[in-house]
Amino acid sequence: MKSVRISLVLVLILTLAFVTALKADDHQSQSLTIVWAEWDPANYLQELSKDFTAETGITVDVIQIPWPNFQDKVFTAFVGKSDLYDIVIGDSQWLGRNSQGQNYINLTDWINENIDVDSIYGPAMTAFAEYPKGSGTYWALPAEVDAAGYVYRKDLFEDPKEMAAFQEKYGYALAPPTTYDQLRDIAEFFTRPAQDLYGIATWYSKEYDGITMGFQQVMWSFGGTYGDAENFKVDGYINTEDAAKALDFYTDLLQFAPPDAPNYYWAETLNAYTAGKVAMAMNYFAFFPGVVNPETNPISHDKSGFFVAPAGPKGHYISIGGQGMSISSYSKNKDLAKQYMKWFMQKPVQEKWAMLGGFTPHKEVLQSDAFKTATPFNEAFAASFPYLRDFWAVPEYAELLEVCQTNWSEAISKIKSAKEALDTIARKHEEIFEDAGYYDE
Amino acid sequence: MQANLPHTTSRGMSDYQLKMAFIMPTMILLILMNIFPLLWSLYLSFHRYKASMPAAPRFIGVRNYSRLLADPEIWGYFQTTAYFVILAVAAQFFIGFGLALLLNRDFRYKGFVTTLLLLPMMLSPVVVGLFWRFILSSDNAGLLNFFLSPFLNSPIGWTTHPKVAMLAVVIVDTWMWSPFMMLIALAGLSAVPKYLYEAADVDRASAWFKFRWITLPLVSPLLLIALLFRTMDAFKMFDIVYVLTREGGPGTATETVSMNLYKLAFRNYNTGKACAMAYILLIIIVALSNIYVKYLNRVKGEEA
Repeated sequence: MKSVRISLVLVLILTLAFVTALKADDHQSQSLTIVWAEWDPANYLQELSKDFTAETGITVDVIQIPWPNFQDKVFTAFVGKSDLYDIVIGDSQWLGRNSQGQNYINLTDWINENIDVDSIYGPAMTAFAEYPKGSGTYWALPAEVDAAGYVYRKDLFEDPKEMAAFQEKYGYALAPPTTYDQLRDIAEFFTRPAQDLYGIATWYSKEYDGITMGFQQVMWSFGGTYGDAENFKVDGYINTEDAAKALDFYTDLLQFAPPDAPNYYWAETLNAYTAGKVAMAMNYFAFFPGVVNPETNPISHDKSGFFVAPAGPKGHYISIGGQGMSISSYSKNKDLAKQYMKWFMQKPVQEKWAMLGGFTPHKEVLQSDAFKTATPFNEAFAASFPYLRDFWAVPEYAELLEVCQTNWSEAISKIKSAKEALDTIARKHEEIFEDAGYYDE
Repeated sequence: MQANLPHTTSRGMSDYQLKMAFIMPTMILLILMNIFPLLWSLYLSFHRYKASMPAAPRFIGVRNYSRLLADPEIWGYFQTTAYFVILAVAAQFFIGFGLALLLNRDFRYKGFVTTLLLLPMMLSPVVVGLFWRFILSSDNAGLLNFFLSPFLNSPIGWTTHPKVAMLAVVIVDTWMWSPFMMLIALAGLSAVPKYLYEAADVDRASAWFKFRWITLPLVSPLLLIALLFRTMDAFKMFDIVYVLTREGGPGTATETVSMNLYKLAFRNYNTGKACAMAYILLIIIVALSNIYVKYLNRVKGEEA
């Protein structure tokens, strides 16, 4: 019995010693944890952060979460007030919810004192950092500025036989489309199921914000809107004839996409393109490094061209992508996080960020020839900037998004007509705004 | 004299105190982990509350319930769930029971075959959903469509066609859970006394007669328990739908109540409404279970 007691005391002492050693080690090496989605830019950031570690001795760990679970995991950590993440690189739509939910710290004073806001591309600052819009209150700094764009098979588009056949069928030259009508013609032209070749791959997935980000730019370009940002009225804005036409158009495009296209999200569109199954594919520009990489795209890495998302009959709008860098309210390393963000926004660091493949928000770097020629798709990316628009960024955005995802997915599956889907969205969005007190006056 | 003394330990604890000392840790754990969340969620279901926002819960009476019950889309999710439960549990019952009848005899490698058949239910539903996603891919790259391609003009949209997607979910759930039904049925079958069959053989009873009047009545209590478990579990279907048809798509074709509840609770963080929905679901499952239990008692009564 005595020996058992002695053993227990020894185990206790050893455990205490081990825990104390771990704690001591924690104090000796400072570290920062950044959470971002699982994609190439997160790898670039990990690479870039080595310079920060070399300068300061602070280690940086970029945790990557698969896109479909990204929001759920981060928000669950916030609800649990977890200090797991110091810096969160979150979607622009998250701003309202995480600022009002007190999950992000208010960075307004710190940014005004430490960051040259004028050096940052204005619309990026508004989209990724400011809430409410136009208030001058900042909760983030833009980290990755992105836009939806298209990649196409130059070998198909520039094939003389294809060009002649297209000219004969449609009466105009085969070239990257600038309007949605042209996009439809080209998609139809290249749809040849017998050869396992299809015209287009775009986002129709019900996961996260897939179909919404794919369709909303078509809706805007056809004349539809989500609602009035001043009074939050939705009925009569989103369920107009223009929006219904846009949704019918987007549904119609599905016939020129591979059979599995209703499940297509970023990864699937990219896979369809790199497998040589489609002539054109839409994706965020940040995913295009995989298209020009011979290892991930042996079929068409050197035969790919890029173009800006087309214009519609009533305008030209493109879904904004990218994320802002915020500091978690529950972080125990807020000062280190600020130190990192200040370092990240310096021009030389932004230049390196751009060279690694990151889409910099730095105005000068973004407009430089070095940036535009750094990759085959940077020029189309820079040309997309004037047309960027975003989804609602209010705290209730996730509920609004969910309604859109479900109803648009029902429309493309022909469970509902376009008008029925849009009417349901209008009704449900107004219910959400009403519940949240937007109409209380 | 000793027998009349209150039972005490050397430190003076009575039997009652000793019993409580043993029971209390479990009771406290049970109250904290089960009873409190149950009551707290009931409380929240009458409030407007979002777990992601700092605002305190605000009492709104039965508004969460009335909103949910008046929403035609919610009833749509219940219909989808009911459709799934009926199809999946029926398929699992017939396949599982059929397999059990086949396995209820001696043959070579019986143990190996039984283990092999039990494998699907030992796998994680997410893993099952992921590899069936590849098998049921809606283009010709999908394994099933690849094998069916000589007989089809175009690939079947297993997870993309709204009228086929539910069938895909039922197939996967049936593949995974028929072994459970088989296992329970096999336990029941092996417990049927052999002399009953021998007596029936003496009377030259037909195979159907033996099945109808010996096998079925003796196995049915266990089968009902298996059906009860599967119905309750199928009613809560979430994981396979989440992975296979990507959150209940296409559209809402496979969106079950649990899938929608997950979105309400953990995507929208509409905590009050999600609690109300969870209670509606709980009431339905309890009611369904009661029907089964009553039927089970009736069957047992007949046996007695």
